[in-house]
Amino acid sequence: MNLDSKIPAGPLVDKWNNHKAKLRLVNPANRRKYHVIVVGSGLAGSAAAASFAEMGYEVSCFCYQDSPRRAHSIAAQGGINAAKNYQNDGDSVRRLFQDTIKGGDYRAREANVYRLAQVSTNIIDQCVAQGVPFAREYGGLLANRSFGGAQVSRTFYARGQTGQQLLIGAYSALSRQIGLGTVKMYTRHEMLDLVLVDGKAKGIVTRDLVTGAVESWASDVVVVCTGGYGNVFYLSTNAQGCNVTATFRAHRRGAGFANPCYTQIHPTCIPVHGEDQSKLTLMSESLRNDGRVWVPKNKADCAKPAAEIPEEARDYFLERKYPSYGNLAPRDIASRAAKEVCDEGRGVGQMVDGKRLGVYLDFSAAIKRLGEPEIRARYGNLFDMYENITGESAYKQPMRIFPAVHYTMGGLWVDYNLQSNIPGLFVGGEANFSDHGANRLGASALMQGLADGYFVLPYTVTDYLAGVPIGSRPSKEAPEFKAVTKDVNDRVAKLLSINGTKSPRQYHKALGKITWEKCGMARDKVGLTQAVAELQALRADFWKNVKVVGSGDALAPELERAGRVADFLDFGIMMCLDALKREESCGGHFRTEFQDSGEAKRDDAQFAHAAVWEWQGDGQLPVRHIEPLVYEETQLSTRSYK
Amino acid sequence: MVQENEKEVTLALKLRVWRQRRCQPGAFEEHALAAVPTSASFLEMMDMLNEQLIKAGKDTFAFDHDCREGICGMCSMTINGMPHGPLPGVTTCQLHMRNFRDGETITVEPWRARAFPVLKDMIVDRSGFDKVIQSGGFITVRTGSAPEANNIPVPKPVADEAMDAAECIGCGACVASCKNGSAMLFVGAKINHLNILPQGQAERDRRTLAMVKTMDEAGFGNCTNYGECQAHCPKSITLDVIAKLNRDYLRARVKEFFSSTGKPSKGGD
Amino acid sequence: MALTGLVLAGFVLGHMSGNLLMFKGPAAINEYAKWLHDHAGLLWVARLTLILSVVAHIWVGIQLTLENRAARAGGPADEATRRASTASRTMPYSGVVILAFIVFHLLHFTFRTVALGGMTFGDDVHAMVVAGFSSKPVAVFYIVSMLLLCLHLSHGVSSVFQTLGLRNERWRSRLDGLALAYGWIIALGFISLPLAVLTGCLK
Repeated sequence: MNLDSKIPAGPLVDKWNNHKAKLRLVNPANRRKYHVIVVGSGLAGSAAAASFAEMGYEVSCFCYQDSPRRAHSIAAQGGINAAKNYQNDGDSVRRLFQDTIKGGDYRAREANVYRLAQVSTNIIDQCVAQGVPFAREYGGLLANRSFGGAQVSRTFYARGQTGQQLLIGAYSALSRQIGLGTVKMYTRHEMLDLVLVDGKAKGIVTRDLVTGAVESWASDVVVVCTGGYGNVFYLSTNAQGCNVTATFRAHRRGAGFANPCYTQIHPTCIPVHGEDQSKLTLMSESLRNDGRVWVPKNKADCAKPAAEIPEEARDYFLERKYPSYGNLAPRDIASRAAKEVCDEGRGVGQMVDGKRLGVYLDFSAAIKRLGEPEIRARYGNLFDMYENITGESAYKQPMRIFPAVHYTMGGLWVDYNLQSNIPGLFVGGEANFSDHGANRLGASALMQGLADGYFVLPYTVTDYLAGVPIGSRPSKEAPEFKAVTKDVNDRVAKLLSINGTKSPRQYHKALGKITWEKCGMARDKVGLTQAVAELQALRADFWKNVKVVGSGDALAPELERAGRVADFLDFGIMMCLDALKREESCGGHFRTEFQDSGEAKRDDAQFAHAAVWEWQGDGQLPVRHIEPLVYEETQLSTRSYK
Repeated sequence: MVQENEKEVTLALKLRVWRQRRCQPGAFEEHALAAVPTSASFLEMMDMLNEQLIKAGKDTFAFDHDCREGICGMCSMTINGMPHGPLPGVTTCQLHMRNFRDGETITVEPWRARAFPVLKDMIVDRSGFDKVIQSGGFITVRTGSAPEANNIPVPKPVADEAMDAAECIGCGACVASCKNGSAMLFVGAKINHLNILPQGQAERDRRTLAMVKTMDEAGFGNCTNYGECQAHCPKSITLDVIAKLNRDYLRARVKEFFSSTGKPSKGGD
Repeated sequence: MALTGLVLAGFVLGHMSGNLLMFKGPAAINEYAKWLHDHAGLLWVARLTLILSVVAHIWVGIQLTLENRAARAGGPADEATRRASTASRTMPYSGVVILAFIVFHLLHFTFRTVALGGMTFGDDVHAMVVAGFSSKPVAVFYIVSMLLLCLHLSHGVSSVFQTLGLRNERWRSRLDGLALAYGWIIALGFISLPLAVLTGCLK
């Protein structure tokens, strides 16, 4: 497997600019002769599709939702980072770069991260010009707030719905192009496979979710921006439709999958309430700016209402353990700290399976300091959402929160140009693995999605297309397209024909139980080995006993779910293998065998690399390759937020 | 507040749920659920119904849903005659079963409006909304051409007002609740968000005229000021956006009438 | 709807104020009628504006109603209403009754061809009105129609502000109140005549 990262030579600060200057261009008159397929319409996908169309390429964009505006980027609440230093608190591109590298526990590529920090400022300019209603100060200039893992205020926000506002911005740019006829938008279309011709990505096969029609599409390049795989845990903060199918199908066609074990557990979610729960709801990390996290010091107090526990009997464990970052400690650290206190039996809230899985996030001090109207202005919609779901008012009593799967740092392997090891297959946003290492800092996902879509892919894809001869695009009547279409049709027919006894959701739940328990917040060798075996058995059972109702020629939500669960099953095995083979703790990957009294213990000598998995065929285990991470300017150190 | 090993409160429910295939007439089907936890969301209740149907070997009910946290705007059910159900200010996915009574009969049907044809069961085609945006719901700014962000000061009250309008999640409850099937609240929210901001001024008139024209062509009805849309909007967007849309539309029409070319001032392409 | 509605709402105020001259005695109202007829040009301009407004108001109203019914596609099986006022939901119906009233009213007092028992009054408007309202059913029809006009105006007048973009959350309830008050003033003003005739206050 060719894993050349193609990091440009030269000093870190100049790499991107030098590289951009050397990238090849395509003559404006020739651009319309190239067809670019973009799969996914979240921040990365919408931004890329709009940008390609503005440049003059012929673009087709696909999404499974009924409108590109609904992609799950929309759910990001807290904000987007940018090294603008508007607050005059010492921020800079270098500082954002350092925070991100450190936040990622030194498992991200330096050059990619530096570029991300560099273009972060352009993103804010672009979004403001598009009309994104960021929060303002009375002088009319942009406001900022602080976020986990940073000691500066560099997060731009639009109430608690920054993701929605940014996505509407990108969607409006995309919509403009659709209106102009330069982008053909295919909604309710799910990518079910990738087509390779002579080893290069030349198209995709989709299923029209309304009519059931399986169709193929030929292009000169394929850009996949289909998000992460958090739903492998069944319960996560992801949308119900979020899936690994597009990236996993590409993986099956030869694309390397990097670091699948890097999954982020978000500390501030609403705790699980019952068996039939389908979804965990995130409360923005921004809440940690004003909320204080605590549990009772004594187990005996855990069943009491919060108000009856006196101040001196409360353990503000984040402030105690990490005095300099306090409640704003990075996500992985805050999550683990919460798990620890709950494991000690000091959790609060409803008893589920003999355990109280929850900690308090308390706003009483902030309400006293700032007044309820100010808190309402800052977090009103989050408090309302919390009350809707739990029936409790966070103005009157502390919120209860618990960590939940939220984001996945792993993804398809890409080089510096965001091109996978399959030529012509580019990957942007959460779907790739490039920028966050083993842990992502808050407000950085939106930054990366838009950076890839607006400011990286348009340059690097153009460079690739400059090397593709005009008119070389294959016809979709080519045998390669026919073969892949047949594969897809066969698979759909197979799923519909098994007619077993268990619903796809039952398998999804079973899958989630295994992955969350054995590959969740804490992992160990025994558990992971078991998980691999259990998942293999579950996969075999699935293909024998799944029952998929509905028909192939109409809207069939169960068929959609079954296909996604089938891919999650294969993927889950790979994720557990990756976690098993990475015998260290880093960021979101915490192996209980490798720790320093609760803190992650990295092994830089053995594991300062990205693990890249290669598909070996159905029923086979994938093979692990590595891309060494070379740090030119960063001193690897133990990550400390104390 | 703290419930220790408390047995979950459950409801027995009768459901009348709409069943329809594309381009065919539909009808209600009756089903019963024995024990729905009050902590479940409405969509989780629908999941339970679907799992029950699968066990019986029957086709499930199709409904749109995605984020299940009230922001993507995908979920769309008319519950007991009310888009998004009986609780004001929330989406279907944020409606929890504690808002229903034991033994209650719940009627579940799709958004009802000519502009939203049914694709299957509770799933409707809302592409009319996208077409409205495509005709003008944007500020023309090419990637990379934006000026430094703080060059455009936006007074806080203006930014807040734009944000109030921008909260619209495009779910279509306004159309579904309107007795005229009108999309004025959606279009008003979208137009207001951009027309209020300094960045949006260049294309203001053009945007307003184009979006209203597309809205009319998409088969939505007309506003007669019932106010149902505001009462059913999960983001509580107010009729103000319609008043301001009307004002901007009048303004643009008058300017168009008196302009030398008979066309609104052009922005962008 | 709003512009023609505005003209018509303005007209009913003028008409009602003129009517109140009835209470000042036969001379006042008859002089007023004569003054109007002496300025035939002006009268016809007003009449033409009114006819055009009425026709346009009805035409657009019918179109709106048909378009809106079609756009609603039947609506949900069990429809719930959260906020829409009775007035807003009955606009087409109150409108139809008011139209029927206008036709009757014109035949009654302008063309003087119905419900006057074949009498002629010449320039004595006062006598005509008293005679007209002496019939109980006619008076009751007038009163009911005017109450519906009140309903129609209470939604219509407030909607004019909305349509012209001159309403917001802060002013909405005040404007709604204003519209309702306007509707009542008009209706009571008009109703006062048949009521006065029926009760014998006006002879």
